[in-house]
Parts: sequence; C-alpha cells; structure tokens
Amino acid sequence: MNTTSYTFAYLDEQTKREIRRALLKALAIPGHQVPFASREMPLARGWGTGGMQVTAAVIGRNDVLKVIDQGADDTTNAVSIRQFFSRVAGVRTTTRTEEATLIQTRHRIPETPLRPGQIMVYQVPQPEPLWRLEPSRAETRRLHALAEYGIMHVKLYEDIAQHGRITLAYDYPVLVHGRYVMAPSPIPAFDNPKLHRSPAIHLFGAGREKRIYAVPPYTDVISLAFEDHPFRPWKAEAACALCGSTESYLDEILIDDRGTRRYICSDTDWCERRRTRGKTA
Amino acid sequence: MSDLPLLSVRCLDVRFGALAAVDGVSFELWPGEVVAIVGESGSGKTTLLRAIHGFIPPTAGSILYRSDRFGEIELTRLDEPRRRLLARTEWGFVHQNPRDGLRLSYSAGANVGERLMAAGARHWGNIRAQALAWLDRVEIDVARIDDLPRTFSGGMQQRLQIARVLVTNPRLVLMDEPTGGLDVSVQARLLDMLRRLVADLGLSVIVVTHDLGVARLLAQRILVMQRGRVVEAGLTDQVLDDPQHPYSQLLVSSVLAA
Repeated sequence: MNTTSYTFAYLDEQTKREIRRALLKALAIPGHQVPFASREMPLARGWGTGGMQVTAAVIGRNDVLKVIDQGADDTTNAVSIRQFFSRVAGVRTTTRTEEATLIQTRHRIPETPLRPGQIMVYQVPQPEPLWRLEPSRAETRRLHALAEYGIMHVKLYEDIAQHGRITLAYDYPVLVHGRYVMAPSPIPAFDNPKLHRSPAIHLFGAGREKRIYAVPPYTDVISLAFEDHPFRPWKAEAACALCGSTESYLDEILIDDRGTRRYICSDTDWCERRRTRGKTA
Repeated sequence: MSDLPLLSVRCLDVRFGALAAVDGVSFELWPGEVVAIVGESGSGKTTLLRAIHGFIPPTAGSILYRSDRFGEIELTRLDEPRRRLLARTEWGFVHQNPRDGLRLSYSAGANVGERLMAAGARHWGNIRAQALAWLDRVEIDVARIDDLPRTFSGGMQQRLQIARVLVTNPRLVLMDEPTGGLDVSVQARLLDMLRRLVADLGLSVIVVTHDLGVARLLAQRILVMQRGRVVEAGLTDQVLDDPQHPYSQLLVSSVLAA
C-alpha cells in the first residue's frame, strides 16, 4: 500500500485539530466528558475507534507506539491497530512499556509503572458512569454539572446488600480530582489504583458515544466505596503459570473439558520480560 | 419562628398557552400545619402542587419559603442547584403513583437510603440501620429490606415511598393523592400512619386530594379549587360542614355515604 495516499496518521488536519481541542478541554477539566465529532474509521465502531482517533490526534513522527488489548500485545485488535499506525504514520512500534511514548490500550493498564511524559490512550465503550442508573442523558449531564452522585452509591449499596461486598470487577467508578465521577473504561478494578496520582497522561476516547475525557498527571483518582466497605481491588488468588508472578493481574484460562484452569499474566510484556530474567513458575 | 408562615404563595399563575391552569392562587402554610387542596379533576390542584415544588415554572406570582439553612427564599427565582438541594433535604414529594417515586429495580433498603446517600452518607451500616428503622416505622416487614418494590403490594409501595421521602427529616412534604388507587381498608391504614408521622415529626404538609374524607382526616385547613382558582378556604370542619360557595356545596353534597 502507498503511504502517501493518506494524511499523516490517517485523519485530516482539521479533524485532528478538533480532537486536540477537545483533549485540551478534557485535560483542563479532569474527568469531564467533552463531546467531539467522532469520524468513521476503517474498522467498526466498538473496536476502538475512539482510542484510534485520540491516538491519531496526538501521535508525532518521533513517537514510539505500543498497543495492547486486554494486556496482550499479540491479539487481533492490538496487532491490527499497531499495523494501522505503522502504515499511516510510519512510527516506530514496540511491545515494551518503558520504551513506548504512547500506549493505546483496551481494558488494561500495564504492570510496569508508567513514567512522566508517557501518554495512555483508552478505548471506551461507555463513557457515562451513570448510564445504567439514569436513562436520560440530559439528566446525567445535569447530575454531573451539580455533582449529585448519590445515585452511584445506591448501586454500590445494592451490591453489598445482595452479595455482601461490592462485586464490580471492572469499569469501577472513580472520583477524579474530587469533582467528577468517571468511568475508567473496562479496566479491572485492580488497575484503578494505578490511575491515582499517575505521572502519565491518561486520555479516554469513546468513538461510538462521541466523548473524550482525560486524567492529567498527578491527579487524585479515588475509587468510590463506603467507609465500612472500603474499595478492594480484586485479583485471582494464584501465581502466573508461566512466570510465577503473584503481584500481576491474571487471566483465567480453561484448558480442558473437565474445568481445569490455569492462570497467566494478562500483561504479556511483563510476563515475557520476567521469563527472560529467568523467573519461572 | 412559628409566628411566620413556612410558605407564602402570592397570586400564582400557571398558564399553558391560553389555558390558565392555576389562576391567581394565594395562600399560606404555617409550620406544623396540614393543608388540603380539594377539587375535581382538572381544577389545577396537581399543577399548583407541581409549580410549588418547581417541576413546572409558574407564569407569574411569587412563592416565599423560609428555610432553616438559607433564610427567606423566593422559589420562583431560585437557581437550580439550590432548588435541588432544598428538594432533597428540606422538602419531599409523594407521588400519586408510587412507581413514579421509587426506583423499582433497586431494593427497598436502597430506595430508603438514596436520599441519605444523596445527602452525603457514606457509612453502609448506618444507612442500613436507618433504612430498617424507617421500614419498621411505615409498617413494612423489615425482613423484606432486600426485596424489590415491584414485589410489594400497592399499599406497601406507597408506604415505602413515604419512608423514602421522610428519611432525611424534611420540613415540607407535598403529597399528590397519596391514597389514590388503594382500596379503602388500605387507605385507612395509610391515613392512620400519615397522621401519626405528621404529628411525630411536626411536618408541614400540602396534600392534594379529590377525596374529602382524606382531607377531613389529615388537614386542619382546606382550599377548594375550581378552574384554577381558589373558590373557598377555611378550617376543614368549617368548609366541609358549612360550605359557602356553590361549588363547595356541590362537592360536599356529592360525597356518597356508605
């Protein structure tokens, strides 16, 4: 394919400008959802078009891009988006978290701690944390504007009443900078603490829902909970079957018809690097 | 404090195009008082109630409210954040249909706790304890705290709605036909309970009803509305036993004696 037939990073310059404007506004009001004119991308909505548009708007020729899907660098969504940007922007790509300047992600934050200057881009299916609680979008906007978030705690109350604990395992709502309640995209609740006072920039793009929001560096991101039922990030009580890690988030894999299961690191880069350093299960 | 009215409504108009649904209504509500607004369907009583609560903006007139926290407030010019804060702390609204006032997909406990959480309560055990206490107070079996309101009978749903409104100790409660759609024995029980709660909590209540029996049991004063206007106002017994206006006389004489 001829790379010169596209603008740098696929989107035209006016579209990128508009997205950057939305991103600046989102960074200025942490956790606030900013509408933007989401474009058609050469893949279906729901496959990360929001994240791709944000990546296209912020990527530069010197950026090093990493794309992960559920923590893995080698799954379909990650591979195709990585190939897309190496084709239309000609940027260098990597699987190593610390080498990357820009990380587009679906549903995970890497285990390797992020550093200042790195940008995380999240693919968001549903940007509205109140969406199952309040059907009207006009009303949810009003609730955000007035910071009326009692309804969010009704949901958490109900969870404890029915199950004895808060059972939300992913997309666990957070309060950003003491002001806006935000959906952190479907990352596991295990990853929520990594957002709190993170040195990196976190940008969230919802393509189908046409919303962008952001968490600037060193911002308070607190997971909602009750005083007597504090937030507890959950992970499987096991060690990785490949590298033996007990501190990383694990995927559960069924390996036969009798229900035998194995656990392996969801972050493939983290797991591989541990194994090259000689760690085994 | 009680020598000043809690709520003063002055020359209130609500117009829908050419139709004057509420036409120049004035009245006062004193602390601890229950006022009934009676009249036939379409007389503007529910519209008046909704305008006072701020669901509908009035076309003209003034509504003065004396708040504990904010002092004297002109409700028709109140900004939305403040109005909503008052609505969830100092006021309550009991809908005719409990399904309009409840969250049907959340348990009874969550329904009662919602206003507490909206007011900032973040201790699960305390919220639950208060929910249990209020369920008991409105005569709902506390074992049903985790059941969904859609599994409750109509009367229980209405009592649950009342618990949900009263849990934050409001000063002013607006009720729109609280006994509508309930059979008479359930109505009687609900009215009994309401009378007790109103007396215990010292609530000020405006209750809209077309049932003169409800007005007689609950209210100290009555306003009779016809075509958007208050045609007669006075003490309950006085208006019901010696109605002066022809429409009030018609209304009183239309009641079927069992």
